[in-house]
Amino acid sequence: MGDYTSSELVSIFAMQGFAGISLFSVLLLMALGLAIIFGQMGVINMAHGEFMAVGAYTTYFMSSLTETYFPSFMPYYFIFAIVVAFFVAGVLGYLAEFALIRHLYKRPLDTLLATWGLSLIMQQSFRTLFGAREVSPTLPEWLLGSYQPTETIDIPLNGMFVLALTAIVTLGVFYLLYKSSWGLRVRATTQNRVMSGAVGINTKKVDRYTFALGCGIAGIAGAAFTTIASTGPTTGTLYIVDTFMVVVFGGAASLIGTIVSAFSIAQAQSILEFFISGSMAKVYTLFALVLILMFKPEGLFASKVRR
Amino acid sequence: MNFVYEKMMGGKKGLTGFLILATLILVIFPLFLDIFRLNLVGKYLTYAFPAVSLVLLWGYGGILSLGQGVFFGLGGYGMAMFLKLEASSVENTKIQSTPGIPDFMDWNQLTSLPWFWEPFNSLTLTILAILILPAAFAYIIGAAMFKRRVGGVYFAIITQVIAVILTILIVGQQGFTGGINGITDLRTLNGWDITTDSAKYIFYFINVALLLSVILISRLILTSKFGSLLLAIRDKEDRVRFSGYDVSNFKIFIFCFSALISSIGGAMFTLQVGFMSPSFVGIVPSIEMVIFAAVGGRMSLIGAIYGTLLINFGKTAFSESFPELWLFLMGGLFISVVMFFPNGLAGLWDDYGHYITDRFSKSKKTKEDSPEIVKKKSDESAA
Repeated sequence: MGDYTSSELVSIFAMQGFAGISLFSVLLLMALGLAIIFGQMGVINMAHGEFMAVGAYTTYFMSSLTETYFPSFMPYYFIFAIVVAFFVAGVLGYLAEFALIRHLYKRPLDTLLATWGLSLIMQQSFRTLFGAREVSPTLPEWLLGSYQPTETIDIPLNGMFVLALTAIVTLGVFYLLYKSSWGLRVRATTQNRVMSGAVGINTKKVDRYTFALGCGIAGIAGAAFTTIASTGPTTGTLYIVDTFMVVVFGGAASLIGTIVSAFSIAQAQSILEFFISGSMAKVYTLFALVLILMFKPEGLFASKVRR
Repeated sequence: MNFVYEKMMGGKKGLTGFLILATLILVIFPLFLDIFRLNLVGKYLTYAFPAVSLVLLWGYGGILSLGQGVFFGLGGYGMAMFLKLEASSVENTKIQSTPGIPDFMDWNQLTSLPWFWEPFNSLTLTILAILILPAAFAYIIGAAMFKRRVGGVYFAIITQVIAVILTILIVGQQGFTGGINGITDLRTLNGWDITTDSAKYIFYFINVALLLSVILISRLILTSKFGSLLLAIRDKEDRVRFSGYDVSNFKIFIFCFSALISSIGGAMFTLQVGFMSPSFVGIVPSIEMVIFAAVGGRMSLIGAIYGTLLINFGKTAFSESFPELWLFLMGGLFISVVMFFPNGLAGLWDDYGHYITDRFSKSKKTKEDSPEIVKKKSDESAA
């Protein structure tokens, strides 16, 4: 780092920091879904990345649909695409839980394998439906361009939009989990499934909707993802390992932990990327995470739930 | 003799299964397949090493490692580094700007051999590295995780991340590792041309002999007191701990042993196929090894070999004619094996095999208590 002056370093950190915010947003949205599923049911959903891809492909589909039939609607379609992505991924998640996951709750390691199988099937379906090539939707104009507070700092608008979206979704999840009666049931089931059942909570229904919600949020992550990169059939797999690390590092079942860990992982990776190659940045980040987890396996914010 | 019969062969049933397998891969395949196909089978059989190791680790120990590809890769790369150094003698690499170092190093402007390549000039040190390094690496990971009582899903994820790290490192550090292409153009082992048909036959039989010995040693381990403890740890870890056993040491041992087996498989892979690349290290190959074991039956050492052969034959056949169908099939296989046949082929054989055997021998056989038929529907929830 010695070759840079301090003012240059500030600009580099600011720029890479803002670049990291897009990554942070996508990682956080992905991890939120994964964390509530893992916290609630102890299930690791290996197909979570594919649910993100479902959201991304939905956005792409909406974009081409709007472009062909309602060109005048182009500036606004993206908002609708986010909502549709949420519902499409959510419904698919609901079906996956119904057909597959619910039979395997007592066997967490088997769920891992079964959801991996699901992810293979979904990947191949993307390839069959949308082709092997990477696609990206036509973004509305207000998402393009950037904001320049000083001469050396350049903040892309899409990053800010994605950040705002992430903030809204995160607040929404917080509200749902901690203020709504549904959230009360979810938290009760997380803490003690048998007792919750005994006091009349339909835990199976809670499970199914939690899984659907988690997948739906992954769908939103997919819509957000389209603003920063193009989508291919294997896009989901690229992010799934990072997302696991976010969840595990943050401490399962801790939403604050998830946010903090998504932020630190995304920023570490993004800032390191400027100084060393992208692949080595990833190696160092993941390696540091593995080391930390070896000494502190419960993650940053340990959950109070007994395992 | 009785000891060998009971403990290693697993009694009458175990012996029959072992002999059938040995006849198939030692006699039938070499007699009926040409050398190209036999070499292919040999390659598949190297994948059976990690699959067998997963039967021990996951089926019996309840520890799911999604990083067996790491150990397979370490063994494979160890052997490949030795062969590559031999192939890059000064005479062979005269045209390079620095003769005597592997070609990919020269392309990446390296002017001397990196220090960690030096030991691989010697075959003895290479073999030692193949046997010790992966086990030592597994010891470090295992000690760090199991001593802190990290297990189950967490362990699976961490091992998967290690597989990712190693893959990115190998691909990224092209000058040191050969990058995404891996280490290629391996020709001789101590001056002996390994690309000839006779060498391929010899490697095939060495490979099979190693695999069969691994099976016998694993059986010995499983039928010993250690094997019973391993099962007990899988099913009720806390109770074993309360009985005064140090659970973590047992887990570390079986993890190291599984790493050793996988590494041997990797080394045999390099010798038979003639190259090693990062595509045998990462997430996908590692998780495929799990499915080999799962299809064969996670509780059956011999089943793992059949599972490996079956899936790889299927993969070769399908990806030649219907490449787009293969992933659907593979995905469906993952789901169905977990949901409908948790004991895999071996489970099917135990449930329905007697219809076939009854035809051949009218006498009803009583099931013996060999490890293959210790059936447990309850699973890794031991943690």
